[in-house]
Amino acid sequence: MVPLSWYVALSSVLFLIGLVGVLIRRNIVIVLLCIEIMLNAVNINFVAFSKYQHVIDAQIFVFFVITVAAAEVAIGLGIIIAIFRLRETINIDEFNILKF
Amino acid sequence: MQMALFAYFGGAVVLSALFVVYFRNPIYSAMSLLAMFMHIAGLYVILEAEFLAGVQLLVYAGAILVLYLFVVMLLNVQSRGRFLQKQTPAVAGLGVLAAVEIVVLLLQTRFYPELPAIPHPGVPTLGNSETIGMVLYTQYLFPFEIASLVLLIALVGAIVMAKGKLKYR
Repeated sequence: MVPLSWYVALSSVLFLIGLVGVLIRRNIVIVLLCIEIMLNAVNINFVAFSKYQHVIDAQIFVFFVITVAAAEVAIGLGIIIAIFRLRETINIDEFNILKF
Repeated sequence: MQMALFAYFGGAVVLSALFVVYFRNPIYSAMSLLAMFMHIAGLYVILEAEFLAGVQLLVYAGAILVLYLFVVMLLNVQSRGRFLQKQTPAVAGLGVLAAVEIVVLLLQTRFYPELPAIPHPGVPTLGNSETIGMVLYTQYLFPFEIASLVLLIALVGAIVMAKGKLKYR
């Protein structure tokens, strides 16, 4: 039996990788991919606790997280396409239209 | 046996997540993300969440990743120049500070090797999908409807935003 803390450690490592990716990468598509990594890290945590605490509700939450991730991807890619049409770039540090 | 499976799937997940951040070409990153989703589905199987493993493969690997690949190929941007964002040295200092804080907190944490045992409920156990269906359509019926509303709004929003020139009247 794998200890629960291993799953928590795996999940936190994965979350950190995603967070670092969001903070350092310049391509906005990669930034969205890293947000997916973070959501998956949270899901691993949910499912591990669901197994070890014998509650099914955590798996329902994973279901909702997947729903929100799908919505986020659709909206985010729509924003990327719109902003690419406007600026001809997908580098995140050139998106400063809202800056005053 | 379970340890070996966890080591394989966990190691592959971490490695492919690192590759997502590391690769320059967005197509390679998306493919590494596909590998990560597959191995996370494997983790769900060894955690006895078979329904979620199927949903993970269908929704994440089947739908979301294809959407990413479509957009990457549609935009067809050759990323040249810098690979990382511009950051000021103050941010690097703050990052080092945050890393030190995490290490200090980890050293102070007492990790419980085992949780106290929780007895199984006395009801006869159903399969994973049956249990999720029972709970989702009774106790979580209202959030389920809200989720459908979220998806509808996302659908409309994505179409509106990707359509381009709009007349707001």
